[in-house]
Amino acid sequence: MASKAKTKTVISDEVMISMENVNKWYGTFHVLRDINLTVHKGERIVICGPSGSGKSTLIRCLNRLEEHQDGTINVQGIEINNDLKNIDEIRRDVGMVFQHFNLFPHLTILENCTLAPIWVRKMPKAEAEEIAMEYLTRVKIPEQALKYPGQLSGGQQQRVAIARSLCMEPKLMLFDEPTSALDPEMIKEVLDTMVELAEDGMSMICVTHEMGFARKVANRVIFMDEGQIVEQNEPEAFFNNPQSDRTKLFLSQILDH
Amino acid sequence: MANARDKNYEFVRREDAPILPPPATEAGITGWLWQNIFVSMADYTSIGAGIRSLLMAILSVLILYFGGTQIYALIDFTIFSAVFSDPEGIKREACWTVDQGGVLPSGWHGACWPFVVAKQKFLLYGAYPAEDLWRVNLTGLVGLVGMVWVMIEKLPYRREVGAAMLTLYPLMAFILLTGGNSDAEFSNIGIWLVIGLAIISAGRLGKRGFLGPTFAEFATLIGFTGWVFLIFNAVRGVAAVDFGLEPIDTRDWGGLLITLVVAITGIVASLPLGIILALGRRSEMPVARLLSTIFIEFWRGIPLITVLFMASVMLPLFMPEGVNFDNLLRALIGVMLFSAAYMAEVIRGGLQAIDKGQYEGAQAMGLSYWQTMRLVILPQALTHVIPGIVNTFIGLFKDTTLVSIVGIFDLLGAAQSTIADPSWSSHVQALSVYVYVALLFFVFCFGMSRYSIYMENKLSKSRSH
Repeated sequence: MASKAKTKTVISDEVMISMENVNKWYGTFHVLRDINLTVHKGERIVICGPSGSGKSTLIRCLNRLEEHQDGTINVQGIEINNDLKNIDEIRRDVGMVFQHFNLFPHLTILENCTLAPIWVRKMPKAEAEEIAMEYLTRVKIPEQALKYPGQLSGGQQQRVAIARSLCMEPKLMLFDEPTSALDPEMIKEVLDTMVELAEDGMSMICVTHEMGFARKVANRVIFMDEGQIVEQNEPEAFFNNPQSDRTKLFLSQILDH
Repeated sequence: MANARDKNYEFVRREDAPILPPPATEAGITGWLWQNIFVSMADYTSIGAGIRSLLMAILSVLILYFGGTQIYALIDFTIFSAVFSDPEGIKREACWTVDQGGVLPSGWHGACWPFVVAKQKFLLYGAYPAEDLWRVNLTGLVGLVGMVWVMIEKLPYRREVGAAMLTLYPLMAFILLTGGNSDAEFSNIGIWLVIGLAIISAGRLGKRGFLGPTFAEFATLIGFTGWVFLIFNAVRGVAAVDFGLEPIDTRDWGGLLITLVVAITGIVASLPLGIILALGRRSEMPVARLLSTIFIEFWRGIPLITVLFMASVMLPLFMPEGVNFDNLLRALIGVMLFSAAYMAEVIRGGLQAIDKGQYEGAQAMGLSYWQTMRLVILPQALTHVIPGIVNTFIGLFKDTTLVSIVGIFDLLGAAQSTIADPSWSSHVQALSVYVYVALLFFVFCFGMSRYSIYMENKLSKSRSH
């Protein structure tokens, strides 16, 4: 992997996400504890941490799949609160890719990709299909457009899921463990797609345990434990010189074997 | 380890093992016969297995014998021994044996089809006036053509035909069957139409925020109510137009006509009602959930007979003087609400089978609640429960026979009243007409069942997994 040719990141000053003193509970369980995080346009952030540390919950709060109870979250200057209009607006601009793809099995690949543009963006069908084919070509599966998700391999399905999100032309992409449900030989094709996306300058927040991907693409790695942000740093410093004991322990567990 | 080394494990395949044809027990007709019939009675390798095989063989022969004789008896009754015609017009005597004064041999037992033919009009239409039967036939024909059109996938304009079948057709059927020309006053209807329009425009204004923020929240609901008003009264208006058709009271309807009207209305109305109730019961809004649950549990908790009795006997007692709903209409509404409750639970089962990720995937892309339901969740949920839905349809179709206890002559009720006709009385009179009614019911129910299997196969083929 000599391709340390990490893309020259253009991180603007424009704030994309700001989380201030965010707290969240599941019943009595305090799952997010005092989260403060600012993400700028063009940033690519990898969030890692042991399971149950609140990584997924954190990014799911960013498009209101989960509700936070305390603190403020702003996405592109719009506050996430009970106002449904705000939530709709944010969801239009924030794409999400899930661990289990969540493709719609009753629709073809093409229909999966055009559904939201047609119904949410009110795009004419022909235009939506054109855009969908463009993105399917970008994730290298245009020839599968008329098949159903069940006929594709896991890696292909996840690439369709990425294309489906891109069809809404989002300003930010959230990845929730996108490779955890894949067979080992399919992880690479999905990661390659994500690397390409990063090289095009997409802002992304990615929950993953793929440390190679983090080194290659991220400009910030965040380590979470027990609902808190324990440490964040540039990947080089994060992997070579972790500061907190918990980070050291975590890294030793996932890297040494 | 050393021992293992000594053994010669080295092996390299130089030639492929040949691909051989399957043994006779695996493929072809012999294979089918073996696997489906003989394999269970051919094992005599031990005493236990031998006894089991022998028992299986004996049972098979017994079942074949009894099944065969029953089927033969039915065919014999309906075809071989049946009387098909009554050329001399001697009515009941055509189906009498010599002992009874007729010509058929002593001990004869067969269907008396001339009787069923003579009663055909009554069985299909009840007391509907003979000169107006074309209205029923036309309604049936249009309905049949429309339904078949929607079912055959290759035909064009299927969507439009389907929409017309759900909107214009019921109106047409209503006017053709009842004769329209209801005694509603046009001035009265006009006032209600204006009120409907006013409500719609209030909804429109509210949506733009002219009437304050609280109003804006309910604007969609208010607009919807306005449309319901408008459409309901427009229908009333059309029904009040005099098309020059003789009005025919529903008390004169009967037979298969009633059965189909009740069943089809129930079937068509129960599906959307059931969907709304199922969504309501799974809603996060406590009021919607509570109301749906109460509705469903209430209607599921009482027998259909009670519903029909209440509708036809008790309800008029609570009505103010002069207000009089049609007896058939009351039964129709009862059947509709009753089956909607069952349908709701079937559909709720389907909704529960949908993975949470499907909701999240749709929401994350910005689809609204109703879009998520209509485009993502319901198509999958309904496909899962096609067998349950059709089960409810078939149950409903057969339950329509219960309306005969509140004085509505459905197919079975009509059949029973033909038995009372002494001019055709014979020892096979009742049996003949019952066999005929059973056959009609079977055709409809079996048709629904086959179509549902076809739908299931079609839908599962398109998403092979």
